[in-house]
Amino acid sequence: MSSLSATIQDVFNEPGCGKNATKSANERKKGCTKQLQPGGAAGGCAFDGAKIALQPLTDVAHLVHGPIACEGNSWDNRGAKSSGSNIWRTGFTTDINETDVVFGGEKRLFKSIREIIEKYDPPAVFVYQTCVPAMIGDDINAVCKAAREKFGKPVIPINSPGFVGPKNLGNKLAGEALLEHVIGTEEPEYTTPYDINIIGEYNLSGELWQIKPLLDEIGIRVLSCISGDGRYRDVASSHRAKAAMMVCSKAMINVARKMEERYQIPFFEGSFYGIEDTSDALREIARLLIEKGAPKSLMRKTNAVIAREEAKAWAAIKPFRQRFKGKKVLLITGGVKSWSVLAALQEAGLELVGTSVKKSTKEDKEKIKELMGQDAHMIEDMTPREMYKMLKDAKADIMLSGGRSQFIALKASMPWLDINQERHHAYMGYVGMVSLIREIDKALYNPVWEQVRRPAPWAVEGDSWQDRAMTEVDAEAAELAAGSLSIDGAVYPVAAE
Amino acid sequence: MAIVTTSKKACTVNPLKMSQPIGGALAFMGLRGAMPLLHGSQGCTSFGLVLFVRHFKEAIPLQTTAMSEVATVLGGFDNVEQAILNIHKRTKPEIIGICSTGVTETKGDDVEGYIRQVRQKHPELDSLPMVYVSTPDFKDAFQDGWSKAVAKMVEVLVAKPENPAKKSVRKINVLPGCHMTPGDLDELRTIIEDFGLVPTFLPDLAGSLDGHIPDDFTPTTIGGVSVEDVAAMGDAFWTIAIGAQMRAAADAMQKKAGTPFRLFERLCGLGPNDEFIAFLSKISGRPVPMKYRRQRGQLVDAMLDGHFHLGGRRLAIGAEPDLLFDLGSFLAEMGVTIEAAVTTTHSPVLERLPAAEVVIGDLEDLETRATESACDLLVTHSHGRQMAERLGMPFYRAGMPMFDRLGAGHQLSVSYRGSRDLIFTLANMLIADHEAHHQPTPDTWRPVEAGDVPAVTH
Repeated sequence: MSSLSATIQDVFNEPGCGKNATKSANERKKGCTKQLQPGGAAGGCAFDGAKIALQPLTDVAHLVHGPIACEGNSWDNRGAKSSGSNIWRTGFTTDINETDVVFGGEKRLFKSIREIIEKYDPPAVFVYQTCVPAMIGDDINAVCKAAREKFGKPVIPINSPGFVGPKNLGNKLAGEALLEHVIGTEEPEYTTPYDINIIGEYNLSGELWQIKPLLDEIGIRVLSCISGDGRYRDVASSHRAKAAMMVCSKAMINVARKMEERYQIPFFEGSFYGIEDTSDALREIARLLIEKGAPKSLMRKTNAVIAREEAKAWAAIKPFRQRFKGKKVLLITGGVKSWSVLAALQEAGLELVGTSVKKSTKEDKEKIKELMGQDAHMIEDMTPREMYKMLKDAKADIMLSGGRSQFIALKASMPWLDINQERHHAYMGYVGMVSLIREIDKALYNPVWEQVRRPAPWAVEGDSWQDRAMTEVDAEAAELAAGSLSIDGAVYPVAAE
Repeated sequence: MAIVTTSKKACTVNPLKMSQPIGGALAFMGLRGAMPLLHGSQGCTSFGLVLFVRHFKEAIPLQTTAMSEVATVLGGFDNVEQAILNIHKRTKPEIIGICSTGVTETKGDDVEGYIRQVRQKHPELDSLPMVYVSTPDFKDAFQDGWSKAVAKMVEVLVAKPENPAKKSVRKINVLPGCHMTPGDLDELRTIIEDFGLVPTFLPDLAGSLDGHIPDDFTPTTIGGVSVEDVAAMGDAFWTIAIGAQMRAAADAMQKKAGTPFRLFERLCGLGPNDEFIAFLSKISGRPVPMKYRRQRGQLVDAMLDGHFHLGGRRLAIGAEPDLLFDLGSFLAEMGVTIEAAVTTTHSPVLERLPAAEVVIGDLEDLETRATESACDLLVTHSHGRQMAERLGMPFYRAGMPMFDRLGAGHQLSVSYRGSRDLIFTLANMLIADHEAHHQPTPDTWRPVEAGDVPAVTH
């Protein structure tokens, strides 16, 4: 798999990555992720990452070449939404058996591709490599090439077997596959000076549709979204866009940068989470398009829409100020930029007692300090006990986080709101931020908290598990202060995203 | 009665099956203070973790040896060693249950040998029980992983009784299949205790994954059966195994401790529960409590009320063998005809299912057959939702995973009471479906022209 390891090295060398730029050549070679620790790791594999990045392409048949675990344990579990085809939600896998492991699975893979094309006739088939066939030497590139020639349809190999690394690497390898086999292979029916690509947006809970009407109104056309509610043809002809916005930077920076390099499509990194962020992003899109030749009036139109929508959103948030007075929030996020949500929460009158900065860059941290003051409580990494103590010490009334830590809040009978990818609500753009505020209100004032905190009639005061947990945290903190204990991060069973 | 066939397709479409390592891991989650460990790449674990979290809506303990490409090729001893040491140090488990995966089985890692080496190198692990079970992804299914893991636990953890003659006449063992929910286990425990018997469940998911508020941020399982209690299972005077998948574990128990067993292939429906209650009455020497006599009457009444709605329904069912056999047979006894049945793996019960054919296949196979035979009731796990929508069929979710509805852990199918409520749930679903989609119109019974397709009504 020399070509795969070359691709991985190439991905590690990504010059567009801010973190990478500060590393030595040697460090860079080692890659951007910590060595996984046996018995102490959580999170998905490279295959998982590749699938997450590409599966939102709705009209593609996603075929997983491997044993049943890789697809059977995980299919149809993503919250992305489609405005058209639903074939992306169909689980296709070669489900290889013992015989295939002994004699090779290439024949079964080829036959599977044929069956899919005969029965479902999708515009393209994506074939995902996994660990077992990679080990026994199944050459999916060759099979895909043969199938492409035989059936006259794009059959794209996605070379990202789980054991080459974590989810994040898989995102990038998926991007590489698009760059190598898909982008630039077709031409759009027509182009306009207002064509953009949105890269690294997955349309979870349909939230892209909270932004799209605004773009439509301004007159900006999304030529291709990679990959939320995306279609194969659109991605294949996305090289004709005039500008691009990169939404989830860590995931697909290689795609945005290489498209700039190859097709002169300028891009910026932006976010549709938060009111000001949304406005900034819209302005930036307009600016790049104007730079590439769109009429200057585009900015006027953009600003008009922004002014109207901002006014509407702030007006909708205002009534909550009274209700949120004195309420404190703990914000634990992974990928979402903390500070972009911070501003809206503060506007609603919520007080922030802390925010996580685990994946934030230096600039992000500066921005947070700007918003929260110099004594901003920035949490690098928190153990479940510490998180619990923070909630319980009435330092926070509600926790906003990803699914990973939900049980800490819920089992502690504290309000909690999911702001990660499994959530059911859409929080993008102006309307999204208003609905986030509304959800926080619902969670905070639900009478259930008072109910569930009532002790059982037989409970002995001071002897609940909550009390014991608090005592333990205090003891640990004391020991830590005395320097007699090193905490290497107690592992709590978590729901991986 | 049924012919068992295997799907001939190269490509599995919409899998019904899940892999065996996570079946094995789930079995370990029924032990107290357990940390299940999958020997494979970290995706093997994270997919299973997400699946269980979404099903049970609980924190799930599950770790990985995080095999990289290089480690996989060179062999995974270092990763297994490190994983065991890390888990031991950080989470202080009472037991580690290790399952292999496709990737480490393809290489052929000798995990039993690794564990022996780790024990030699690290005497501090002497008091930490470790159970290993081989569960390659490319063979068998979820149910098989569970079955093998429980059999292995019996072999490794149950102590040989010192004096087999001195068995307790109150203590019994219960070996439940993976199709039993925590709610089912609670129900069985109550029934068994009502006969004055003291049951030990292995595994005991009712203790660990029943949705209670835990005592602490314990990273391992909370609740479940303890290693000491499992060791003492040899003292029991009877073993009850539930589901044909548990025969291997019951056999192992008999071999180890000389305990006789009774296998109940089904616990849903009137006949199976009559047998179960009669058996408990016989071994305990106690009459059947009034409560169960009344519950039997209620079930009979529910069957009478429910047969109007269930009778003549055409069922499409997709489930692992034991669940398929239990629910399918019960519904057949209510007058439903099984028109399409799909399962995941081989089992001796399959050919006794009251259906013409059972296919070892996927949900595409089920959908094709359901369409061909105009089925009007679907029973399978949550992944049936797309099919139910396409075919407009009333859909009862059963089995794992159930990620799009609440209460998966408390859904009952066992006992008189559970069977009674199952009838009500199904019948109500069918009544609602009839009201919403099949009300008669003036044209419903109008004779159709030749060549027209008649409107289907219920």
